[in-house]
Amino acid sequence: METTAMGHAQAHDHGHGPTGLRRWLTTTNHKDIGTMYLWFSFAMFIVGGIMALLIRAELFEPGLQFLEPERYNQIVTLHGLIMVFGAIMPAFVGFANWMIPLQIGASDMAFGRLNNWSFWLLIPASVLLVTSLFVPGGAAGVGWTLYPPLSIQMGMGMDLAIFSVHILGISSILGSINIITTILNLRAPGMTMMKMPMFAWTWLITAFLIIAVMPVFAGAVTMLLTDRHFGTSFFSAAGGGDPVLFQHVFWFFGHPEVYIVILPGFGIISQVIPAFSRKPLFGYASMVYATGSIAVLSFFVWGHHMFTSGMPVTGQLFYMYATMLIAVPTGVKVFNWIATMWRGALTFETPMLFALGFIFLFTMGGFSGLVLAMTAVDVQMHNTYYVVAHFHYTMVAGALFSAFAAVYYWLPKWTGHMYKETLGKVHFWLTMIFFNMTFFVQHFLGLAGMPRRIPDYALQFADFNRISSIGAFGLGLSQLLFLYIVISCIKGGPKAAAKPWDGAEGLEWDVPSPAPYHTWEIQPQVK
Amino acid sequence: MTQQDSYYYVPSPSYWPLVGALALLLLASGAVLWVNGYSSGPLTVSAGFAVLIFMMAGWFRTVIRESEGGLYNKRVDSSFRWAMSWFIFSEVMFFAAFFGALFYARVLSIPDLASADSQLLWPHFSAIWPNAGPGFKGSFSPMEAMGIPAINTLLLLSSGATLTWAHWGLMKSRRTQLVLGLILTIALGVLFITLQASEYSHAYSEMNLKLTTGIYGTTFFMLTGFHGLHVTIGVTMLTVMLFRVLAGHFKPDHHFAFEAVAWYWHFVDVVWLLLFVVVYWL
Repeated sequence: METTAMGHAQAHDHGHGPTGLRRWLTTTNHKDIGTMYLWFSFAMFIVGGIMALLIRAELFEPGLQFLEPERYNQIVTLHGLIMVFGAIMPAFVGFANWMIPLQIGASDMAFGRLNNWSFWLLIPASVLLVTSLFVPGGAAGVGWTLYPPLSIQMGMGMDLAIFSVHILGISSILGSINIITTILNLRAPGMTMMKMPMFAWTWLITAFLIIAVMPVFAGAVTMLLTDRHFGTSFFSAAGGGDPVLFQHVFWFFGHPEVYIVILPGFGIISQVIPAFSRKPLFGYASMVYATGSIAVLSFFVWGHHMFTSGMPVTGQLFYMYATMLIAVPTGVKVFNWIATMWRGALTFETPMLFALGFIFLFTMGGFSGLVLAMTAVDVQMHNTYYVVAHFHYTMVAGALFSAFAAVYYWLPKWTGHMYKETLGKVHFWLTMIFFNMTFFVQHFLGLAGMPRRIPDYALQFADFNRISSIGAFGLGLSQLLFLYIVISCIKGGPKAAAKPWDGAEGLEWDVPSPAPYHTWEIQPQVK
Repeated sequence: MTQQDSYYYVPSPSYWPLVGALALLLLASGAVLWVNGYSSGPLTVSAGFAVLIFMMAGWFRTVIRESEGGLYNKRVDSSFRWAMSWFIFSEVMFFAAFFGALFYARVLSIPDLASADSQLLWPHFSAIWPNAGPGFKGSFSPMEAMGIPAINTLLLLSSGATLTWAHWGLMKSRRTQLVLGLILTIALGVLFITLQASEYSHAYSEMNLKLTTGIYGTTFFMLTGFHGLHVTIGVTMLTVMLFRVLAGHFKPDHHFAFEAVAWYWHFVDVVWLLLFVVVYWL
């Protein structure tokens, strides 16, 4: 993409505003806010990760070791909520904040103050969630899906989770409004929609999904709250309601939510693969349409989470076929990524490794999703470790791997330094090996019938659980290496060029590395 | 300011977002304490509201000053338009969840509880609407559509017309028409809320229709209640607009705050029409 105005030509500073702590508390700068989002996300990744390790420690051998069953369920619930809403979503919002204005040639996000509010709202939300562990009765122990009637019976930890979800919802809706407005209104002259980088495209569609479904989740937890404390009958059969109603409302939110978690990752992969294949993305337009199709279809498949909740056969068939239909646009994407690499001049730097790991493992997660989409099979597998294995292949090997790819890909732009390539590769291989060690065996556990969300298990599951637990600790410890690589890259390292990857494309590589505090104060002309 | 010359306005650093986060922390933790019977709850919630109002007053004052100071060009204006549209869309989806619950109860859960499957558990239950569920003891009267609700429909529809009339006044610089239109709209809104309140009080005291009256009471009060909350917010925003008009704000070609409130008001109007049809009438 050629530009007439180079970013560094206008990098004159007019005051950075406040410094020190005040800078971070009051900032309206998209780069500052993006940085805060990313560090917050990493902190929550550690918190949620420690919870995962507690779970795996408990499951290392049969019998009860470290955790009371109630506490175990609370940890499982908070692990899910924190990883989805505290770690993955804020990570992608962090990338969006940093990169979308740079990629579309805008001086900042459309609403600087609102942007900062979206970030700071995450703090009360996470405080409420984490402190719920320490209130009488402990945290919500119902699983991240918060199903009644159990969630109606929980103690005040459940109320903390409900209000935390409300605040997280406000945060992500405001953040999404900001991102959509930025993309629709602040693109540089000449940057038509179909010239936008894929990351911006996928975020545009993700933001639409967030605005469409987070309010529905807010509605669902509001119904829980009023059923718990104000005597309403949404989920009470005696009053004419139905606990299954919650599942419908929840999964109307929940299924688009899983695409919210993965679509920005698709965007990242769609930029990393061409950069290290030194070829333009194969089938750009079909990528855009595939992303849109996935988003539309996501509203019509929620019933596949409820095959065992009681549903007419017609309903089961509808949800089964609709779910399988999603494999088509997803297949288009995987095909396009592979076709991009076809006859490319490939090199395998760390971002590329994570992107390749993503394609391989996410496709496996997609396949196990197809297995689960078949109603007759799902009735056997529902609530087993097969489901746990499936969604960790999409959430960890999908969303998290793409986040790692993004960090390594854009770190030179953020810090002005190159990271330590060898260590990055070591981080990839450790993550890749330990991830599969943790989660691959869980397919077998699930097929053999081990239920999820239970702190104990029958003896025949012991070996695979032991392998999984060792893998989990390896996976967790490997991330300390990631922290070290990032910190050492911030502190120093070889100077990064404005465009450190020779195959990379996009406006973000036209500004110097590190990107100055203000960029694109004069918009570039895109040809 | 240098930003004036640029193509887009980027605000300078601000404490308001942080204050807003504190407000929601107090509100949420106070609400949790309150519903669990801790005496510190109401106080914490009040403190949260105080901080929230302080934040909104301060933040909006800043925005109004920037707007009146000419810092917002056409591009900023169009950002506001996008943002308000998407915000209203999020509100639509919030209401959709509760409408969905109503449809679910009427189409699925009530007939199911009266079906052969549930005969053993609830032998004498029949699927009629309005219905408070098989476990509901006693009787209640449902809300009739053709009393206060019909009057309220008329009031809200008229308020939409008076607001548009006020907007025409603003665009044609007819100040009296603008002020009068706004005052009429606010008056109709307040009258609506008053009638709604008397309807609620009648339901509670005479009709044994309460939030706890099974699924009918639940959906009736939650849907009309959230709508009433939105009318109250709308009236508050209209009042702010009136004060801004009296202070001489807005120009025929630069008044998006006014338009945003009008959009919001029409949205609340449309929600009411749906409510009138599916909650009161059918």
